[in-house]
Amino acid sequence: MSHLSLALAHCLPEFVLATGILLLVLLGAFRGRVSDGLVTEIAAALLGVAIVIILLGTKSTAVVFGGAFIDDGFGRFMKVLTLAGSLVTLIMSQDFLAREKIDKFEFPILILLSTLGMLMLISAAGLIALYLGLELMSLALYVIAAFHRDNIRASEAGLKYFVLGALSSGMLLYGASLLYGFAGTVSFVGIAETINGTASLGAVFGLVFLMAGLSFKMSAVPFHMWTPDVYEGAPTPVTAFFASAVKMAAVAITVRVVLTAFPGIAPQWRQIVIFVSLLSMVLGAFAAIGQTNIKRLMAYSAIGHIGFALVGLAAGGEIGVSSVLAYMAIYLVMTLGTFAAILSMRVNGESVENISDLSGLAKTDGLTAFFLAMMMFSLAGIPPLAGFFAKWYVFNAAIQAGLYWLAVVGVLSSAVAAFYYLRIVKVMYFDEAAPAFDKAAPAPRAVLVGTGVLVLFLFAYPGAFIEATNAAAQSLF
Amino acid sequence: MFGFGILSGVVFLPLVGAGFILALRGNDEATLENARRAALSTTLIVFFLSLYAYAKFDPSSSAFQLVEEKSWFGQGLVYKMGIDGISIPFLLLTTFLMPICILASWKSIQNRVKEYLVAFLVLETLMNGVFCALDLVLFYLFFEGGLIPMFLIIGIWGGRRRVYASFKFFLYTLAGSLLMLLAIMAMYGVAGTTDIVTLLQTHFPSSMQKWLWLAFFASLAVKMPMWPVHTWLPDAHVEAPTAGSVILAGILLKMGGYGFIRFSLPMFPEASAYFAPLVFALSIIAIIYTSLVALVQEDMKKLIAYSSVAHMGFVTMGLFTLTAQGVQGAVFQMISHGLVSGALFLCVGVVYDRLHTRDIAAYGGLAARMPLYAAVFMIFTLANIGLPGTSGFIGEFLTLVGAFRINSWVAFLATTGIILSASYALYLYRRIIFDILDKPSLASIRDLSWREAVQFAPLVALTILYGFYPAPVLESSAASINALIKGYEAALVVTKTAALALH
Repeated sequence: MSHLSLALAHCLPEFVLATGILLLVLLGAFRGRVSDGLVTEIAAALLGVAIVIILLGTKSTAVVFGGAFIDDGFGRFMKVLTLAGSLVTLIMSQDFLAREKIDKFEFPILILLSTLGMLMLISAAGLIALYLGLELMSLALYVIAAFHRDNIRASEAGLKYFVLGALSSGMLLYGASLLYGFAGTVSFVGIAETINGTASLGAVFGLVFLMAGLSFKMSAVPFHMWTPDVYEGAPTPVTAFFASAVKMAAVAITVRVVLTAFPGIAPQWRQIVIFVSLLSMVLGAFAAIGQTNIKRLMAYSAIGHIGFALVGLAAGGEIGVSSVLAYMAIYLVMTLGTFAAILSMRVNGESVENISDLSGLAKTDGLTAFFLAMMMFSLAGIPPLAGFFAKWYVFNAAIQAGLYWLAVVGVLSSAVAAFYYLRIVKVMYFDEAAPAFDKAAPAPRAVLVGTGVLVLFLFAYPGAFIEATNAAAQSLF
Repeated sequence: MFGFGILSGVVFLPLVGAGFILALRGNDEATLENARRAALSTTLIVFFLSLYAYAKFDPSSSAFQLVEEKSWFGQGLVYKMGIDGISIPFLLLTTFLMPICILASWKSIQNRVKEYLVAFLVLETLMNGVFCALDLVLFYLFFEGGLIPMFLIIGIWGGRRRVYASFKFFLYTLAGSLLMLLAIMAMYGVAGTTDIVTLLQTHFPSSMQKWLWLAFFASLAVKMPMWPVHTWLPDAHVEAPTAGSVILAGILLKMGGYGFIRFSLPMFPEASAYFAPLVFALSIIAIIYTSLVALVQEDMKKLIAYSSVAHMGFVTMGLFTLTAQGVQGAVFQMISHGLVSGALFLCVGVVYDRLHTRDIAAYGGLAARMPLYAAVFMIFTLANIGLPGTSGFIGEFLTLVGAFRINSWVAFLATTGIILSASYALYLYRRIIFDILDKPSLASIRDLSWREAVQFAPLVALTILYGFYPAPVLESSAASINALIKGYEAALVVTKTAALALH
């Protein structure tokens, strides 16, 4: 097999997506309709095909394209999560976009473009590939954040995200250039070899700036400021996309960078990760208490959850990485379920997003209320729901790594966070009924039930899932 | 049963009943009646199944019996169930109280009946699981999972301040339990497994034991509840519906004591010896202070709730004497308290259903119109005081004997609690049952219906039976408790010799 065909074999999902995007742009343009369900359907099919290719494809590890692109078990695991996040978002957003009259054919294409960027990002084996993937992902995100262009809040969200995103890209680039200057190479493995245990000042500076840029994409404190506004302002399907697929990619690349480029200076990156994780957990727990808008609340919740996931990364080692993978997978399911419920919050054709609008939902729509309540208990980490096992794995990794105080602060902030998750349950179950929601569209409802069943019954048959995370984590070491 | 053993049946059968109730369509009276019958028969079947487990149980052995083991999460986390002499009394208490709770809710719950029954059945699964689990993570799963149905039961079917009470209950318990979870992880790090049987054989380093003990204490003391973290209990008890209070007092509080016997004492013996004075002090404060608080209550349920805290003080005191009498007394006291306080809450529920108030001042002279009720209430009031001839006496007496062997001052102070308990219990009884019936609202109050009589009959029988013949509980737990005490003493001897050898 020639070099090119070998390389293409390892990036087949990306290749399929890229080709598909180009064809879809043509298709959308030539059909000339403003709203086009066909493009969405094909886009969803492409994402599905990409997942199938990864699941059925090679299980080996390979570095192709001159050391820029790596295809390994870790990457494949995170890619499946990312693609699943994109796919589910796309499927459940159709009805919402149509009602808001923003179901333009560009939307699925931008989702695909952004997803392609994420796949590149997850597989990046060097700084340049990282930046390419990151920007491809982000540029599409800036646009879809403002996709509801006649809505002032959405435009504000898009602009805010763009300005702050550009700033963070700048920091990331600066860090990358420092690293290149000191290491003389852009490949992660090369950087690791050059650093080789000695933390030179320049490398640490580069590391700090790089982490700042990545923290921004993960929405970790202190680079979280954009999150609540963008989550609240962007159209709900876009928020769901931010909360699911984007988080997967950002966490994946952060894990990959610190473990493959900086294994020699673990104490240096570890203290950054601990700091970021600690602040994220605490801020996520306390700042969400006063929120009245459910999307804004989910933004703070996301900040907190990124903090929990980073606890696993701070622990390091195979057990730490596998805990991050388990955490992100479970978080993806919970967050998609929650947004499926938020997408069906609609009274007399108008979408509503205040927590008080959920009042008495248990009486008017028992099914949605039940599954949303299970999502909330799961996000709070109450056993036997899936969210508990996510917390079990990350905190267990932290305890085994001797990070006792991080774990103690973490569990206590998760007890604080339980308060606002419970508040949503309280509003739905204990309060008097508010006006009933319109009948939910089938797609969000199916997603809610599907994710709800996963969250409820993970404990009954966890074996395959845990094996997958362990195998994926092993490939990084 | 489908490749699983009896215990899995006891634990998971209630879920089958819950599934059946969920499958019922419609909200007319006939459907609801069917749902109630389904719940009652499920809990009865589970009760008989647990009796069958008891019949197969060999009380002369201290080992875990009816053990089932299956692979679960891997890496040392297993699905493992089993019972020994310590857990079987609690398991039976749970399965015994559940049908009574369903009966007690028959008429008083008219709102979202199916959801209520499902919540109770799920709760039964989780409570049975706590007492059967032989894997720490599995235990934690059941222990903590119980919060969800109980939160909903208090919050949806509770009284006026139900939201406050349910949040307080949930967050208090959660915060404590999360620290225990970290301790479980640390133990996993040492032993490489969360199998309780293996952990019971594992020796944890002394310095680590203290931290682990404190982390478990944070959770168990809240659950128990011990002074000063008991404040969630009066709120939760008062606001919960009657059956919810019965379960809270009867079972959920016992999980704290069970946790101490199962984990703290045998796994951290040195730390238990080290912290015993602290536990004594807190227990004494609980016994005296909450008894005094109970004296001034105007709300019947609150009074009984405070009396529960005081009685749990005897339990913790008995446990940490680490004598055979003390620990046996504590176990017995928990079983007896489960019956008696559960019954007292049912007594409150009876009059609450009729008048919809729990104010003591709203009642008086009930003996005139409700003689049967007055008799039942009297039996449980006396049992609550610990009158000889009732089950309450045996437990308190044994814990006091244990305490006396360790420290006579502890025993002396705790005994004052018995006097105080007599005052508040009799005072309550006088205000409700005696005097002249002159309140117009009480003029047409009815005595116990046959359904209510049925729910009290087994409780009365057991309370008196155990008062005269405590052997069933004491004998089934004796072997396991003796093994526990032996193990504890052996562990302390080892440490002492090690310390001497160093000198």
